[in-house]
Amino acid sequence: MKYETVVGIEVHVELKTNSKIFSPSPNAFGEAPNTNINPKDLGFPGTLPLLNKEAVEYGMKAAMALNCEIASETIFDRKHYFYPDSPAAYQISQDKQPIGEHGWIDIEVDGEKKRIGIERIHLEEDAGKLTHSSDGSLVDYNRQGTPLIEIVSDPDIRTPEEAYAYLEKLKSIIQYTGVSDVRMEEGSLRADANISIRPVGEEKFGTKTELKNLNSFAFVRDGIAEEVKRQAKLLDAGEEVQQASRRYDEKTKKSVLMRIKGDADDYRFFPDPDIPPLHIDEEWKERVRKEIPELPDARRARYIDEMDLPVYDAQVLTATKEMADFFEETVDHGADVKQVSNWLMGDLLGYMNKELKEIQDLPITPKDLAKMIELIKDGTISSKIAKQVFNYLVEEGGDPEAYVKDKGLVQISDEGELTKIIGEVLDANEQSVTDFKEGKGRALGFLVGQVMKATQGQANPQMVNKILKEEIEKR
Amino acid sequence: MSLYHYSIEELVKLLHKGDLNAEETAKMSLDRIEEVDDQVKAFLTVNKDNVLADAKKLDESTEPKERLFGIPGGIKDNVMTKGVRTTCASKFLENFDEPLYNATLLEKLNKDHSLMMGKVNMDEFAMGSTTETSAYHPTYNPWNLEHVPGGSSGGSAAAVAAGEVMYSIGSDTGGSIRQPSSFCGVIGMKPTYGLISRYGLVSLAPSLDQAGPITRTVEDNAYVLETIAGHDALDATSVNRTIPKYTDSLQKDVKGLKIAVPKEFLGEGVSEEVRESVMNALKMYELLGATWEEVSLPHLAYADAAYTVICNAEASSSLARFDGVRYGKRADETEDMIEMLKTSRGEGFGENVKRRILLGTTMLSAGYTDTHFIKAQQVRTLIKNDFEAAFKHYDVIVGPTTPTEAFKIGEQPSNEVMHMSDVLTVPVNLAGLPAISVPCGYTDAGLPLGLQIIGKHFDESTVYQVAYAYEQATNHHKKRPDLGGAN
Repeated sequence: MKYETVVGIEVHVELKTNSKIFSPSPNAFGEAPNTNINPKDLGFPGTLPLLNKEAVEYGMKAAMALNCEIASETIFDRKHYFYPDSPAAYQISQDKQPIGEHGWIDIEVDGEKKRIGIERIHLEEDAGKLTHSSDGSLVDYNRQGTPLIEIVSDPDIRTPEEAYAYLEKLKSIIQYTGVSDVRMEEGSLRADANISIRPVGEEKFGTKTELKNLNSFAFVRDGIAEEVKRQAKLLDAGEEVQQASRRYDEKTKKSVLMRIKGDADDYRFFPDPDIPPLHIDEEWKERVRKEIPELPDARRARYIDEMDLPVYDAQVLTATKEMADFFEETVDHGADVKQVSNWLMGDLLGYMNKELKEIQDLPITPKDLAKMIELIKDGTISSKIAKQVFNYLVEEGGDPEAYVKDKGLVQISDEGELTKIIGEVLDANEQSVTDFKEGKGRALGFLVGQVMKATQGQANPQMVNKILKEEIEKR
Repeated sequence: MSLYHYSIEELVKLLHKGDLNAEETAKMSLDRIEEVDDQVKAFLTVNKDNVLADAKKLDESTEPKERLFGIPGGIKDNVMTKGVRTTCASKFLENFDEPLYNATLLEKLNKDHSLMMGKVNMDEFAMGSTTETSAYHPTYNPWNLEHVPGGSSGGSAAAVAAGEVMYSIGSDTGGSIRQPSSFCGVIGMKPTYGLISRYGLVSLAPSLDQAGPITRTVEDNAYVLETIAGHDALDATSVNRTIPKYTDSLQKDVKGLKIAVPKEFLGEGVSEEVRESVMNALKMYELLGATWEEVSLPHLAYADAAYTVICNAEASSSLARFDGVRYGKRADETEDMIEMLKTSRGEGFGENVKRRILLGTTMLSAGYTDTHFIKAQQVRTLIKNDFEAAFKHYDVIVGPTTPTEAFKIGEQPSNEVMHMSDVLTVPVNLAGLPAISVPCGYTDAGLPLGLQIIGKHFDESTVYQVAYAYEQATNHHKKRPDLGGAN
């Protein structure tokens, strides 16, 4: 039978506020266990939660960037479950009135645009971390109270590729707002997918399974594809899909059962009496809205319409705010738009991917890159030499002009000097000269290479071409 | 000399002048504890060594003496005290010696140079009305040791009545300050919700809990409240407003004041003696120039049901944190984490606490929230509205604090009495209002009875004024229980 895939995605994003969402402890990553804690984080009796305004504003920012309506009054609820990583045995979350609702983002798959609805965004606290060993279990409460937003999509996603595009887009938008690092490898972005299938044309949803602990967007995509296959096989065989939490095993590429879910997951939500309802007036909303920078879609459109960049370039350059900012600043320093784009998309991204570094972690600055591009343009360095200069900029950083001078990398554009060198090269390679004259075009390339070798790559390539041809003519 | 001979202000005067020093008042308190507490058993922990050292430090200090300098007080054992164990009268916290921090109200008392004599007994986790559910021992009513002191702040009320301390701090979720104050013949104030910080008060039902002072006189009570009231940035439910000088309102007379008496407060279960004492009090108010009328607050009849649902639901959540992982009881030799957690709770909590947790958990479970928890919240709103309507026409609402005098130890009161007990006290918590209990007579057997005066939100001043006028016109507060020793 032919089935339609129905996927909804829940994304948890850690907010990089200074302090925790309900206590003044620092919100930091990678400290020694149980150091960023106070009595509240440990669930000591008598302690009370204090809502962090910064976390609320970060949540509002994310919700606004994702086109949500912001609640005028939002409330916090207790979600109960017993587990040693949860010191109060309830997580403070939002159930009935989340901070944002009814949002959407637009995605594009194979040139086709689609709008994915966002049901809700709510604020909540993260739990501590358990480590198990043969001696017992250890718990670290540093992460307890880290502010999170949970972003719940509508079940609008129909293919694994749409899921991938949704996550990419979501990550990019959140990243632009600056409220989170959204790094999956550090756990500041986590995604779970709710997956079901139904016969094409059927209105009713099928039984869903939840795919958890997905470590990359690619695994989300592959995991969904795999789970859909598994469900289809069951239904084709006349069996039923069981409501369950599952995980995707990246090695075997199979979805594995974690836990059967009854209907009995009862968290006993009720409004937390320790936290009064929070009123958010229009003035506050407007103030926060003004702090949201231009988002990727708007930037992309501007790059295409106003800067005449190809769609692909605009897409790549706007993937992160840092890259887009870098691009624009370099252009502001007078460099050619397409040149800048080429360097960023080619060499810079290549280097970042190879070194697993972000642009903000590199010493290269927009000003230096612009200067380097200028050096190419005015003929001071060749594009080949530029690669070497570029390496210097990303690895050490500094003034490209001074570097070029220091290292003696200035391009040889002196006609007399080049003519002399070319004469020597031709003397040494008479056979190639003959070959060229007999119509073997390849011989010219060889001769150019020899000239470059003799000048350690510093010869002006256009001039070499021109003089070479003239000198060969003369022979 | 005995603490009985002084009011707080008198004692403060002597201490400020230097006629007495803090070490001496600390010893007066310790001597009395020594003398009577093996009968009354109000204390769970006497802070003897610390308090003597603290008193000495105060005496040696050259800093200006603050308003509670050298005044001995007792703290209910559900208030966090750094360096002194806090047990909530539960086995679960028997070894909880490191509460890490002081409750805000204790910080304020310390700042005003009061002396913390120790931690007083209560029903386990403040669940009860007799102090018999304390996991350690019951407390006995100083007026008659065969009777309970009430609860859950039974230790707080008994310690004051027995002259062991000048004041004590109790907590009131559904009457737990007022009812024991009534049973023990002392003054107990449950202030408006949000007036005193709850930071460091171990939660029972956070939407209802409020700490408050228990004293021998209305004036003492107003005096202590002035220290502990006020906004606290550590408690989001504490209210930011100027705290009036309550003691200034005491001298105002009650001429022309309008009193409402809900007929629901005098229903079945209220004893004849109680009814009579309240009627006598109302006559006294007439003599003092106030007027009173019977009114109806129809939803008070449902208050106990709503309270039972809300209080236990919240309590089941509040007490979930006691899991044996970080502090308190930890069961040994269990198979795994979850088993450890279950066994710790099973062994650490008393029967009554377990029963209430089960009830509260059920109230919050799917299938019950709409029919019970949400309904109860609706009733709560109706009760608030009833009060609001009454306060449009009246200055205070008056009735008995309890339907009867103190029960005998082990006695199971009738259902009517239990129902009426709740109807009298819990509506005040549901509505977040301030209310006080003042002695209004004694039974033939010599047990005290209490008059309850309920005020508008944050109008503690009027409540004190009305209570003071009555107290000064009568001699009830001058009577002392006979425990032998220096009375």
